[in-house]
Amino acid sequence: MTNSVQVRRAGRHFKDHVVLKDVDLDIAPGEFVALIGQSGSGKSTLLRAIAGLDPEATGDYAKPDRHAIVFQEHRLLPWSRVWRNVTLGLTGTDLRQRALRALSEVGLTAHADAYPGTLSGGESQRVALARALVRTPGLLLLDEPFGALDALTRLKAQALVAQLWAEHQPAVLLVTHDVEEALLLADRVLLLADGHIAESYDVDLPRPRQIGHPRFVALRRQLLAGLGVAETEEEL
Amino acid sequence: MVSHTLEPVAAAAEAKVAAPPVAYRLARRTRKLIGLAVLLVGWQILASHGELGSQTPTPGEVAVAAWELIRSGVLQENIAVSVVRVAKGLAIGLTAGLGLGLLAGFSKLGEDIVDAPVQALRMLPAVALAPIFLIWFGLGDLSKVALISFAPMFPLYLNVLAGIRGVDDRLVESARSCGVGTWGLIRRVILPGALPQILVGLRQSLGVAWIVLVVAEQTATTSGLGVIINDAKEFLQIDVMFVVVVVYALLGLGTDALVRLLERRLLSWRRGYAGV
Ligand SMILES: Nc1ncnc2c1ncn2[C@@H]1O[C@H](COP(=O)(O)OP(=O)(O)O)[C@@H](O)[C@H]1O
Ligand SMILES: [Mg+2]
Repeated sequence: MTNSVQVRRAGRHFKDHVVLKDVDLDIAPGEFVALIGQSGSGKSTLLRAIAGLDPEATGDYAKPDRHAIVFQEHRLLPWSRVWRNVTLGLTGTDLRQRALRALSEVGLTAHADAYPGTLSGGESQRVALARALVRTPGLLLLDEPFGALDALTRLKAQALVAQLWAEHQPAVLLVTHDVEEALLLADRVLLLADGHIAESYDVDLPRPRQIGHPRFVALRRQLLAGLGVAETEEEL
Repeated sequence: MVSHTLEPVAAAAEAKVAAPPVAYRLARRTRKLIGLAVLLVGWQILASHGELGSQTPTPGEVAVAAWELIRSGVLQENIAVSVVRVAKGLAIGLTAGLGLGLLAGFSKLGEDIVDAPVQALRMLPAVALAPIFLIWFGLGDLSKVALISFAPMFPLYLNVLAGIRGVDDRLVESARSCGVGTWGLIRRVILPGALPQILVGLRQSLGVAWIVLVVAEQTATTSGLGVIINDAKEFLQIDVMFVVVVVYALLGLGTDALVRLLERRLLSWRRGYAGV
């Protein structure tokens, strides 16, 4: 298998509400793919299906054994200390050392023994990132991980993800509704609409990306059109 | 944007939460005694003025009666018997309540089978059951322990079940995505998540156990706190009756303190509203 992720005929419906029908999706090893789509278009549903968290989803899903997911909410266990959250589900010796290494990558070693309730939103989300990284995933699934953060913290978190991706080179599927975020981070942007991948855009821009780049602006317009949003409307 | 070189946000050294100063802890401990002190003083004043009826002893008189009972060893012996009964009853009742609650909480099949009978049984009043248990389990200790084990089962069962149902499903999902198996899920996610509620149930169960003890020792008893109170009733020793009432109250306070200690130790992670 040359692809890291290969999804064929993914389907999911709730009662008679068809959310996904015949979704095909490939991600190359080390490729960063962003998935955009309107709210309620089924992005999270697709991500959960790929992660193997939805037993009722139909279709074929091939993915690396080692994969990890970060949700919009950090979903840390409030009763476990930060480092124990990072190593949740792992077995073996020197778990604490591994947790500390992962936490140092997100700049949170000092909080290893704190409870999640004492962290800010951005810090919690970085712990969730560390929890994903410590598994050295071949595939990283991100479901709007920055959606709940304030603008400045979001920029920092995006930069952190870009840096970690460059270092570890996992395949990434990032769900987002933020067109700029998709264009800053991804090699390719997929548009989910009407239950299938309606459009695929190659982001042929050098990194690091500049928002003012003419090609960036053009792509941004295309993506917004795909989402059915006129640009002036979005800028209001 | 991404072009910024990222300085990993320098994590401020974790500020260790300083233990509250001794003076503050002392002040709170004193405050906790104020309520009880007001109760005692009020009792003393009202009783010495005959406001509670001519028969009601003052706290001082009750203390004298208690001292007599302690000197003869009667009080300690009978308290010990009652405490052992409650302990045995709780050992059975709490285990059953926890077990049934876990069973119903973890499996829908378990809930379907367990819940209806438990709901039916929990409505039975201990007073009505006491004579039946005497017939079933004889006049000895067994019938009393059985009665004390019965009632505390239900508060714990209900709270264990509600606690498990209240665990955030998203935490379960994310733990599963981290590769946590069934046993790990129970140990790392579901039990800790349900624990605050389980401790509420424990507190209620312990309270119920002491109440049922009174009922259980009303009849066919030769030892225990109930005997002291029955004898005192027989001989109209009202001060002795009050001694036993006070002992019940103290035992209740003691068990509550025990659960508080558990809560402080087990729920230290919690950031709930603590009041001003
Ligand atoms: N458990 C569920 N039961 C019923 N409908 C659901 C459930 N989960 C998601 N849906 C529906 O599926 C659609 C897609 O949801 P979701 O994947 O969360 O959208 P997105 O992440 O793109 O905003 C929505 O219309 C939502 O109402
Ligand atoms: Mg979503």
